Amino acid sequence: MKWLSQNWPMVIDLTLDHLWMTVQITVLTVLFAVPLARLSMTNRWLRAVAVVFTNSLYAVPSLALFMMVPVLVGVPLRSTTNVVIVLTLYGVAVIWRSTLDAFDTLPPRILDASDAMGVTRWRRFWSVELPLASPVLVSALRVVLASTISLITVGAVIGVPSLGLLFTDGFQRGITAEVITGIVVVVALGWLLDRLVAVAGAAAMPWRATTPRRSRRLARRVQAQSLRGTDGSAA
Amino acid sequence: MDLLREALVWLADGGNWAGPTGITARLGEHLMVTAIVVALACLLAMPIGVWAGHRGRGGDLIVGIAGAARALPTLGLLTLAALALGIGLVAPVVALVVLAIPPVLNAAYSGIATVQPSVTGAARAVGMSSRQVLAQVQLPLATPVLLGGVRSATLQVIATATLAAYTSNTGLGRYIFAGLKANDYPLLIAGSLLVVVVALVVDALFAVAQRFSVRHR
Amino acid sequence: MITFENVNKTYPNGTTAALDVSFTVPAGSTVALLGPSGAGKTTLLRMVNRLVDPDSGRITVGDRDISQINPVTLRRSIGYVLQEGGLLPHKRVLDNVALVARLNGASKADARERAQRMLTLVGLDAELGSRFPHQLSGGQQQRVGVARALVGEADVMLMDEPFGAVDPMIRRELQAQTRRLQSELGKTVLLVTHDVDEAFSLADQIVVLRTGGSVAQYATPEELLTNPADDFVADLLGLSDGARDLHVVDRGGRALVTDGSGRFIGRVRA
Repeated sequence: MKWLSQNWPMVIDLTLDHLWMTVQITVLTVLFAVPLARLSMTNRWLRAVAVVFTNSLYAVPSLALFMMVPVLVGVPLRSTTNVVIVLTLYGVAVIWRSTLDAFDTLPPRILDASDAMGVTRWRRFWSVELPLASPVLVSALRVVLASTISLITVGAVIGVPSLGLLFTDGFQRGITAEVITGIVVVVALGWLLDRLVAVAGAAAMPWRATTPRRSRRLARRVQAQSLRGTDGSAA
Repeated sequence: MDLLREALVWLADGGNWAGPTGITARLGEHLMVTAIVVALACLLAMPIGVWAGHRGRGGDLIVGIAGAARALPTLGLLTLAALALGIGLVAPVVALVVLAIPPVLNAAYSGIATVQPSVTGAARAVGMSSRQVLAQVQLPLATPVLLGGVRSATLQVIATATLAAYTSNTGLGRYIFAGLKANDYPLLIAGSLLVVVVALVVDALFAVAQRFSVRHR
Repeated sequence: MITFENVNKTYPNGTTAALDVSFTVPAGSTVALLGPSGAGKTTLLRMVNRLVDPDSGRITVGDRDISQINPVTLRRSIGYVLQEGGLLPHKRVLDNVALVARLNGASKADARERAQRMLTLVGLDAELGSRFPHQLSGGQQQRVGVARALVGEADVMLMDEPFGAVDPMIRRELQAQTRRLQSELGKTVLLVTHDVDEAFSLADQIVVLRTGGSVAQYATPEELLTNPADDFVADLLGLSDGARDLHVVDRGGRALVTDGSGRFIGRVRA
């Protein structure tokens, strides 16, 4: 508590850095993963890439990727961009696959009905496919958010400022309170953002409030699957 | 790409494989730590998860723990353990076990709990005892899921053990941190390549094991 | 009016769904496509709004060759009723119906008002409009499906096993309502069913299809019963095994009707 009372401005700064990176990664992830998922619904080549990409990436430790992405992409090693790119890759791996699953399991009858009514393809995507896939998208997003917030801290070992600096700095200077503060703030931040997404998701999908159990179970299963997917990359 | 070539050259140099800080020794440490941690996690979590799944109790708690554990920053846990227990091997092992328990626990519980009720019901109906249902029906059917849990725990540990080199003189992560410290890029890339290869090979082995564990169908 | 002229369709996997099919649905009448599964009934139906395109042959709707019409435009001019309603689960009932009106260019308020009228027309309470589809019973969902097909004020309606998923009592009720609506609105209806009773109950004429997608007979129910073209048609209608033979028996001065297996199913009104 004493440490925190003297250092809270730094904690707030680092929290904001952390938050900003989280936002960038989340937005980029959705921006890349959802179109990829929709495209790989009909493109066999992309579908194969999705499987290989998601199956192998989750096994690769993030620390190794932090080292290798700069070599492959040409960004500086000790940069926020590097961290954002690497964690976006992990996020895309999770959301691409689970959203593809969601698109694949859209009820054919409903797509049929939309076509028969004369809904254009573009409109069908926006007003039918995406809303119907969004419960899965939201649970996958929550998985990504949780692991992203944890993984951002790893960037501290290459000097990228985030709440992870509280771990490296606390360790090097032997300040246990600093490390504990870091853990608490990271967990709290994760919990807060998770609630935010969950509440926003529920508000945006009123039709889910009394949804039949089957589809809710499906969403939960996807979450369990992607959970299995991200655990391996959680360091 | 020059860096990549230099990294490969470094890896190809037999001299770098020998000695107490050579690749062979580091690889051995990495795999040994991983094996010990995963074994400990299984020993602790598997019985609890299986029991909970069999009795159909505590599921929400277990799923909750698994979810909450995902939010724990691995680096924070490692540094905290190091500050509390010193920079030896004990600290990272403790931290890694804490991280490995949730996936194993979760898989053990859900693997057993999601065996179809019609199947366990039928087993009971033909006169199997609760213990027989567990041993002869639920466990065999849940094996692929259990293995899946061990698989993700293992990958998690391999990854985090790399990071553990930050607080402890062990494993393949040492090359990465040594490279970082000295700005020796070929070295840190070589270390990364080693870790990636180890992770992918272990993952592939588990994939094969999981395939063989599916007896029915 | 809908016409099929020498329509053929073979799917890439080799199944033939339509083999030289020709028939006409006269304006204002109801025609049923009846046949076993695999006879290509649904394929023929889906050709009318170009969800499927034929390999060869010509289909016209109201004298226009549909291959010349943009599919989306065409579909907006044709009502479509699917099994289980095919409602969008994430839109409220009223919005489900209003969507079609919106697609046809109605203003938001106008679309909702028309949708409300259609819901009343198919016998649904106004308050159901604000619910989500899964909060409705199967029969109610089916009615919404009909309302949605009607709201575009299309002259042509397609119905794909419209009442296959609801229980028999509701089905009879829905069939009666469909007949009533049809006599009021006079749409041109093409209907798919594998249920002989449903075809008899709703259709003015029936296209009997055999496996492999060819037309076995095209006739009114009356003609089918008096003159089945061949054994296949007779079998399908249940004429060969006596399942559709009715007998009148006398029980204490009352004339009762029994079915082919001697079970009592009704009585003769004097």
